[in-house]
Amino acid sequence: MEEVLNALARALSFGTPLLMACLGALLNERAGVVNLGVEGMMALGALAGFAVAFGSGVGDGSLWLAVLAAMLVGALAALVHAFVTITLQANQFVAGLSLTMLGLGAAGLLGKRFEGQPLFNQPPEWPFTLGAIALALLLGFILYGTRLGLTLRSVGENPAAADLLGLDVVGVRYAAVAAGGALAGLAGAYLSLVYRPSWTDGMTAGLGWIAVALVIFVGWSPLRAIFGAVFFGLLYYLQFRLQGQSAIPSEVFASLPYLLVILVLALSGLRGQQGNAPEALGKPYRRGER
Amino acid sequence: MPLLQLKHITKRFPGVLANDRVSLEVFPGEVLALLGENGAGKSTLVSILYGLYRPDEGEILLEGQPVRIASPGDALKAGIGLVPQHPTLVSRHTVAENLALGIGTPLLPAQRIAPLIERVAQGFGLQIDPKAPVYTLSPGEKQRVEIVRALLRGARVLILDEPTSVLTPQEAEALFRVMRELRAAGKSLIFISHKLEEVLAIADRCVVLRRGQVVGHLPRAEASQARLAELMVGRSVSFARKRGAPRIGEVLLQVRDLSARSSRDLLALKGVSFELRSGEVLGIAGVAGNGQSELVEVLSGLRTIEQGTVQLAGAPLPSDPARVFARGVAHIPEDRIRMGTVPSMSVAENLALRSFDRPPLSRGFVLRPAAWLAQAQAQVQAYAVATPSLHTPTRLLSGGNIQKVILARELAGRPRLILAVHPTYGLDIGATEQVHRVLLEKTDQGAAVLLVSEDLEELLSLSDRIGVLYQGRLLGPYPVEAVSRERLGLLMTGGLA
Ligand SMILES: Nc1ncnc2c1ncn2[C@@H]1O[C@H](COP(=O)(O)OP(=O)(O)O)[C@@H](O)[C@H]1O
Ligand SMILES: [Mg+2]
Repeated sequence: MEEVLNALARALSFGTPLLMACLGALLNERAGVVNLGVEGMMALGALAGFAVAFGSGVGDGSLWLAVLAAMLVGALAALVHAFVTITLQANQFVAGLSLTMLGLGAAGLLGKRFEGQPLFNQPPEWPFTLGAIALALLLGFILYGTRLGLTLRSVGENPAAADLLGLDVVGVRYAAVAAGGALAGLAGAYLSLVYRPSWTDGMTAGLGWIAVALVIFVGWSPLRAIFGAVFFGLLYYLQFRLQGQSAIPSEVFASLPYLLVILVLALSGLRGQQGNAPEALGKPYRRGER
Repeated sequence: MPLLQLKHITKRFPGVLANDRVSLEVFPGEVLALLGENGAGKSTLVSILYGLYRPDEGEILLEGQPVRIASPGDALKAGIGLVPQHPTLVSRHTVAENLALGIGTPLLPAQRIAPLIERVAQGFGLQIDPKAPVYTLSPGEKQRVEIVRALLRGARVLILDEPTSVLTPQEAEALFRVMRELRAAGKSLIFISHKLEEVLAIADRCVVLRRGQVVGHLPRAEASQARLAELMVGRSVSFARKRGAPRIGEVLLQVRDLSARSSRDLLALKGVSFELRSGEVLGIAGVAGNGQSELVEVLSGLRTIEQGTVQLAGAPLPSDPARVFARGVAHIPEDRIRMGTVPSMSVAENLALRSFDRPPLSRGFVLRPAAWLAQAQAQVQAYAVATPSLHTPTRLLSGGNIQKVILARELAGRPRLILAVHPTYGLDIGATEQVHRVLLEKTDQGAAVLLVSEDLEELLSLSDRIGVLYQGRLLGPYPVEAVSRERLGLLMTGGLA
């Protein structure tokens, strides 16, 4: 019994950053922009959060400052993606991949001096977990119950229709991508400030990729994302458990997150989730294109 | 005073003068028809009015005051609404969600706008269900949604870009009733079309565009079909039956007791039997969805036969499209953009799609671009395809020119059987005439034509015999002298079944 409860608790704590990052990716995908840079933005967010918390000596006030910094850095990184894909209309998949590599590399380089430094204050996890769930509910309401959400969904489904009604397709997409980046940054901050309180290179460990795949798995629904995140949080936890107990080489475990991604996509394929994708997902919008 | 005035509007695209000093005005409470062949510049003019394109020269006046319309938002503020040629609705969203987009309340926009939709819709006799998802609507219903949308936004000028091209005759009649209501309510309507009967039925004034210029400006009283057609095409046009005395030969295609399933696995063809002789044109009439697509798919090798036999010149029809084509069956498909061409590939490449893998277009494994271009050049000239160059992607061509590319390619190898599906749908008079002429020429050379069309004028004007598909069964074929428009209409709707 205790074992099960413990597993559930760990599932929630792995699920929290998954949910945050997944909601972010879901938000920008709902506006029609794929951002595969989640992993990179998470790493940058994790580092930025840690650096601010460390530099300012970790009082309670500076925790929130650190979280804010992480979100800001995530959003800024995402804006680069937005500029390249929306304004310059580059391929969204390639741009996102570069963002991940750039983010991971930059975070690793800039984070060297923080490596191995502890934070003395570990904040509780539950406010973040509850916050992420609340955010999922809020996002669900925004998408389906407000004019803002309607605009966002329409831009992701048929940007030409939105444009023809005088809506600002480019603006909406920029905002959605930036918000998605902020949430990826938040997920990173959760790892470096709450879950671990420390910085290590590569600490995002493929969570960003799982989050991206999760968006497809949950069929672009924020409410289903809650359950998807817990489920994959559990798988993630089990992977760590096994790693400690078996004779299987650690390289095999290191590749597990990516196997999980494939599993997520395979399961989504079985459930026919691809059909829920926003119609204009991944396509740059040009007015008057025929 | 005119509500809206365009003065000397000029718009150039690379290599084309799409609008050449176009001036026109629209008064409150009138229907202004804007006529012109494909490519005459109608959509461009409308796009300028709606803020999608910037004019290179000229100005727009609203109630005498110059206005700048730099975006659709500006146009909507100025009271100009557009019902575009192709619906621009979010198909997965409901009607209410689509109509709330951009004007709904901050909270629960779709729910709160529903009563307003019903009020506006009923006021003008437009029936729509706010809760229906758009993908379940017919083209006519989608159009009503677009009209309601413009009205909800307070449009005083409503532009309808070829609204009837996607409608059945009954739906078009319903649209005209709505247009009359709107006119009576003092709205200005700009009605774009190249169907002359419709223009004469609804318009108060007609403006004719040709090659970007206004070539005629007639009040309704002075307009007639012949006069308008002459202005549009630049020469006089005949409306008589086109088919001369045919030379009918051997039985070429023999279909016996054919049954086939649709993609949704329903029985779409039920025991269809007919013969088609070389030199003959067999028309297939019917309301869309009664088995026409499936019949053509079977005959072009795209669909498997459930039961029955199909013999082409005495041998069974092969079951894959390339081998069917090799046996001399040309296919002019229904969806000319997606099925008939590869839109992102050039005119030359599209023309070579059937023959690129054989000499003279290739030698061994090596393609011969020079040969492609030479062949394309000859075909473009023979079929008078208007294209800026052989390297232009076909998606940039007008519908009529895309159709000419398909004809040139499909008819190049002296086909014995031509499957022509809605071959002139959406085409203008000039292009329609050319398509008809080419098809008839091929029958003189001994080809048989299976002509599937919803346009009864076209069927009656070209066919030797006409069959009607109704719920997967073939009625007839009847000799063309033995059927009238009215009788076909009844057969198509099951009235005589
Ligand atoms: N975006 C564009 N780029 C280049 N040429 C265009 C574009 N839009 C229209 N044209 C050209 O301008 C001319 C007028 O086109 P259009 O206004 O669509 O005609 P219509 O609506 O009367 O059929 C055509 O020759 C067409 O090929
Ligand atoms: Mg047009």
